[in-house]
Amino acid sequence: MSVVTGGDAPPKVAYFNDPKVRSWAVQIALVVVVAYFAWQIFNNTVENLREANIASGYGFLDTTAGFDLSFTLIPYTESSTYGRAVMVGILNTLLVAVCGIIATTIIGFIIGVMRLSKNWLVAKVAEVYIEIMRNVPLLIQILIWYKVVLAALPSPRNALSVGGTVFLSNRGVTIPKFIWGEGSWMIVVGLVLAIAGIWWLYRWARARQAATGEQFPVFLTSLGMLIGLPLLGYLLAGGPLSFEFPEQGNFNLRGGVGLVPEFAALFAALTIYTAAFIGEIVRAGILAVNKGQTEASYALGLRPGPALRLVVIPQAMRVIIPPLASQYLNLTKNSSLAVAIGYPDLVAAGGTVLNQSGQAVEIISIWMAVYLTFSLVTSLFMNWFNSRMRLVER
Amino acid sequence: MKRTLLSLALGAAVSVAGISAASAGTLDDVKSKGFIQCGVSQGLIGFSNPDDKNNWTGLDVDFCRAVAAAVFGDGEKVKFTPLSAKERFTALQSGEIDILSRNTTWTMGRDTSLGLVFAGVTYYDGQGFMVKKALGVDSALKLDGASVCTQTGTTTELNLADYFRANNMKYEVVAFEKSDEVIGAYDAGRCDVFTTDQSGLYAERLKLKNPDENVVLPEIISKEPLGPVVRQGDDAWFNVVKWTYFALLNAEELGVNKGNVDDMIANSTNPEVRRLLGVEGDFGKGIGLENDWAAKAIKATGNYGEIFEANVGPNTPLKIARGINALWNKGGIQYAPPVR
Repeated sequence: MSVVTGGDAPPKVAYFNDPKVRSWAVQIALVVVVAYFAWQIFNNTVENLREANIASGYGFLDTTAGFDLSFTLIPYTESSTYGRAVMVGILNTLLVAVCGIIATTIIGFIIGVMRLSKNWLVAKVAEVYIEIMRNVPLLIQILIWYKVVLAALPSPRNALSVGGTVFLSNRGVTIPKFIWGEGSWMIVVGLVLAIAGIWWLYRWARARQAATGEQFPVFLTSLGMLIGLPLLGYLLAGGPLSFEFPEQGNFNLRGGVGLVPEFAALFAALTIYTAAFIGEIVRAGILAVNKGQTEASYALGLRPGPALRLVVIPQAMRVIIPPLASQYLNLTKNSSLAVAIGYPDLVAAGGTVLNQSGQAVEIISIWMAVYLTFSLVTSLFMNWFNSRMRLVER
Repeated sequence: MKRTLLSLALGAAVSVAGISAASAGTLDDVKSKGFIQCGVSQGLIGFSNPDDKNNWTGLDVDFCRAVAAAVFGDGEKVKFTPLSAKERFTALQSGEIDILSRNTTWTMGRDTSLGLVFAGVTYYDGQGFMVKKALGVDSALKLDGASVCTQTGTTTELNLADYFRANNMKYEVVAFEKSDEVIGAYDAGRCDVFTTDQSGLYAERLKLKNPDENVVLPEIISKEPLGPVVRQGDDAWFNVVKWTYFALLNAEELGVNKGNVDDMIANSTNPEVRRLLGVEGDFGKGIGLENDWAAKAIKATGNYGEIFEANVGPNTPLKIARGINALWNKGGIQYAPPVR
């Protein structure tokens, strides 16, 4: 038989030796096995719960909780539902995670830059900070902060006060509460206008500088708008705001808005712990930028500050962002240690619901779903940010 | 994080172990493994508390020992699992423990929707409040605006909310997972008030830096019947636990105690005593144990009165009077059906 020669057609092989068929077959088989396994687990759980006479399903979220929580961002009383209690927990976790991420980023960058300082003392201070903070377990740090907060601050009867408006005691910080009167919307409108104006101003100033080289005092103008416009709204509306000042009650301060010490301890510990890691990430990122870049910017006449800000950090960000994202994820997940000091985060509040309702499987599934969502959203955002900060090659 | 992992593991265990543990029959399981796994608290003086050599003592502990003695003739054939309030029911549901004897309040919800069942009331308690003497408070009705420390996942937490709402008072709750954290926070001044079952207040007060500077308020705001719990649908084991409790009560009523039980077996002519101790009748067969099961339990721990006196009574640091925990014919409400 004459075989076609010179053609590129691959030699015919049996289909079960075809790499394409094989890889498909293996993957399909794997998916089937995993799906079967997951179905078995689900089915078994449902079956066993039914058999053990344990109620299941998410219907319990609509029943009355009957317990109180110490710190809530949304209105919550003991007659609210279990679902609302879980929601309070989710928001409390979000609060400490968002505040923590913002603060830890700022401290971390400062520490990272300090670590590279030519000043021996500054560099050593940063080094000692990093070595101590990242080598002591977080749980211990949280407990230490909590003990410090409780031990160092006075009882509410002897609360430290700043001019009778802000009070500090071992029950937390209490500040005056805004009472929004008639026409308060004008203040909000002023604030929104100010933010929009600042954004526009920033873009305009940049475009002008690019075109003409002239600089514009953006910062001072922005500050003026930020204060001035809401103030204008306040005056136009005839001063609708009033304050409810905290005052001494029998046991605690009455009135005002309070922030509990559990939050303060958790926030401080998470921020300071994670900042040590971020400091190292920032240092690694800066060191990854070729020394020639710094020298070139000096040669162009940039002073060290602008050289760091305009040349080195933007390039370092490429290296910094991916590990930074995992630190953010760590911080969010570590906030579940709140349970040790009684801050009602998702795990603590959810745990109470779990115990009062006995719905273990359901609550654990909610925990997993919420933390997974938080982490995925953070990752997505950081990936987007990373692609924006990528070195644009021309 | 550790707690989360444990809860997760327990949750997973429900799905794996639940069916096997529930269906095989705990009594047979216990007999074949040779000991009882008993869930207790993480340290509550008088009820379940370990010493520095990990020897557990307390009323709840003694009850488990009595059950072990009834089954094996040896009150030491029991292992203890310390559990937080939050973990306790999952541990029982999943089969990790055979009996939960952990100052746990009998409520309808727990009895009906958790797949568990309460076997009796070993201690009738009620929730109370403790405050610092320096505050000058003499009634719970004067606690408007106070911060209250409590343990999460307890009936205490719920009663507290009810009580303050019913009396139209404001309060701030600070809830911790472990009782040691609660009492620690109270001691550090985080709260004005510490609340738990009244027996617990007396027990925890002993852990404070200056116990005498704290006072327990007179109000009792709830009914807290504390008792042992087993899994639902396991009647043979349920009977063993329930009747061990009744046997301890009957023994006290009939005057049988740790010291005279052997003598009673040999010499008693009282038919009730003879039936209880297995000299007459065939009650061991029905309950799936040997005929002298009750005698062995009494020999190991003494009768209910002895257990009470040894752990929480007037001669212990807790100094709790019998009160409503006395027998029905002595002014209390402890009452057991007869053995016949």
